[in-house]
Amino acid sequence: MLIAEDSGGYLVILMAIIKTNNLTKKFRELVAVDNVNLEVTKGECFGLLGPNGDGKTSLLRMIIAASPPTSGDIWVLGQNLRTDSRQVKANLGVVPQLNNLDEDLTVIQNLVTFARYFDLPKEEAKQRGRELLSLFELENKHDSRIKELSGGMKRRLLIARGMINQPQLLILDEPTIGLDPQAKHLVWRKLAELKSQGVTQLLCTHNMEEAAAICDRVAIMHLGKILSLDTPQKLVIRYVGKTVWVIEVTSEEKDNVKEKLKNLSLDFEVVDNRIHLFHIDSDEVIKDLGNSLISLHRKPGTLEDVFLRLTGRTLIE
Amino acid sequence: MKPFSWRFIRVWQRNRDVFFRLWRSEIPVMVAEPIIILLAMGLGLGTYVGLVNGQSYIEFVAPGVIAGYAMFSASFECTYGTFIRMEYQRTYDAIIVTPLNIEDITAGEIFWGATRSLLTGSFILAIAAAFQLVHSPWALLILPVSFLAGIMFSAIAVLYSSLAPSISSFNYYFSLFITPVFFFSGVFFPLSSFPEIVQKLSWIAPLTPVVQLNRALISGILTTDLLLALAYIIGLAIAFFAISLKTMRRRLIV
Repeated sequence: MLIAEDSGGYLVILMAIIKTNNLTKKFRELVAVDNVNLEVTKGECFGLLGPNGDGKTSLLRMIIAASPPTSGDIWVLGQNLRTDSRQVKANLGVVPQLNNLDEDLTVIQNLVTFARYFDLPKEEAKQRGRELLSLFELENKHDSRIKELSGGMKRRLLIARGMINQPQLLILDEPTIGLDPQAKHLVWRKLAELKSQGVTQLLCTHNMEEAAAICDRVAIMHLGKILSLDTPQKLVIRYVGKTVWVIEVTSEEKDNVKEKLKNLSLDFEVVDNRIHLFHIDSDEVIKDLGNSLISLHRKPGTLEDVFLRLTGRTLIE
Repeated sequence: MKPFSWRFIRVWQRNRDVFFRLWRSEIPVMVAEPIIILLAMGLGLGTYVGLVNGQSYIEFVAPGVIAGYAMFSASFECTYGTFIRMEYQRTYDAIIVTPLNIEDITAGEIFWGATRSLLTGSFILAIAAAFQLVHSPWALLILPVSFLAGIMFSAIAVLYSSLAPSISSFNYYFSLFITPVFFFSGVFFPLSSFPEIVQKLSWIAPLTPVVQLNRALISGILTTDLLLALAYIIGLAIAFFAISLKTMRRRLIV
């Protein structure tokens, strides 16, 4: 149970669908997940963001009971994963990053065979399979082979398969990776639809646009730890502000401009010959920088700016 | 070691469905090769072979071919088949997030491999019967023996698959294990025709007791040392089954 304040200032009791307690995963010397405490509440879409190799997938694999924690506890849907993993898995829907549809079977057979792992009777499985195919706009692919599907169709089928047991919790690893904008937006719409039906979602992504579009709350992971956790809007306001100024300077003027910004005690970050200025409320300060700038423009602060500020610009892999 | 549950049947059903979906390519291969071997060896080579007890060579070879191809069926299914499902199609990754555990998947694979042995064994036995090579109703027990041998060879194969770094590793498995076992387990020649050292090695080979049992059952001449052969198969089957449950978990649940 989780006590939280709603918008009116009243206390509400929320059920934590996922709760981890000092969760740690080590692979020999490497600490992939480092003492993570996380709560995902009922009905929300929760995003785990982080660069590649920063522990997102390890965390996800532990939550779906595909990887044992080195230490710490996980409760999913009210059950401790250490003791009741079968029962938890029965109520879980998982959409993997890599396509693992059964290539030896047709589209509908994929769904029916998968339903059998959950002990669904055959007729019910077929019925539910047909409903899911129509929900994900795949009804005319009923008897197709997996090889005949496009990337977007495979992904939709993976999500449909994850829904076959009517899970209370859907876990998605990069649900729209490699999809064209049409297919991506279709997937987002379907996920929103499922959310409105009360399906809690935990998704792992490094697509910031996706996180901002569909997640109620996001956690930014770096080097196995959660650096920050809030709604996408609040994270933007906290770390970069509503507006970000991007200043391009010549190499000769760079230090000069930096000095000026420091004196004005502004919040900025230098990337090559570009300076990103954060938390700027008025345009006045910009005018003081003089004529030494090549170009100057402003853009809305985004989750991507937050992400890069928090996790750094160097590659980790 | 964690035990498997009844849910293994779901994996068995999945493999069965795929097998019958692809039966046009699966069944002819399964039947054709043992028949060719039986006819080539039995009728071709057989005309040059005189056995001490006056038995015809095809009669001698038939129960061995049943045992050998029961071994091949299980071995192919649980090496290439298992490895492709595990590493290329990622079928196990998909199943592992359902109520099934890795032990259920492993057991499902082994029992399916054993079912392939049973199917192959039944086909060849029926053909042997059609050639009037079966002389005793005891021969029906060749079916459970094929299944049991199938469990043993599937478990050995799954164990190897769980340790194999790549699909080419199976070349070693077949050329250094399965093929020698096929030729040195008394399928084609009585073990007594080998030098003593080879005979000793032959008695370790897991196919030897299967050939011995099949040969006795098809002729109806039963002796007590068959119980020893049976015990050896059961012992190996249980041991390798248990180890493969462990190694599969170690490979996939990290």
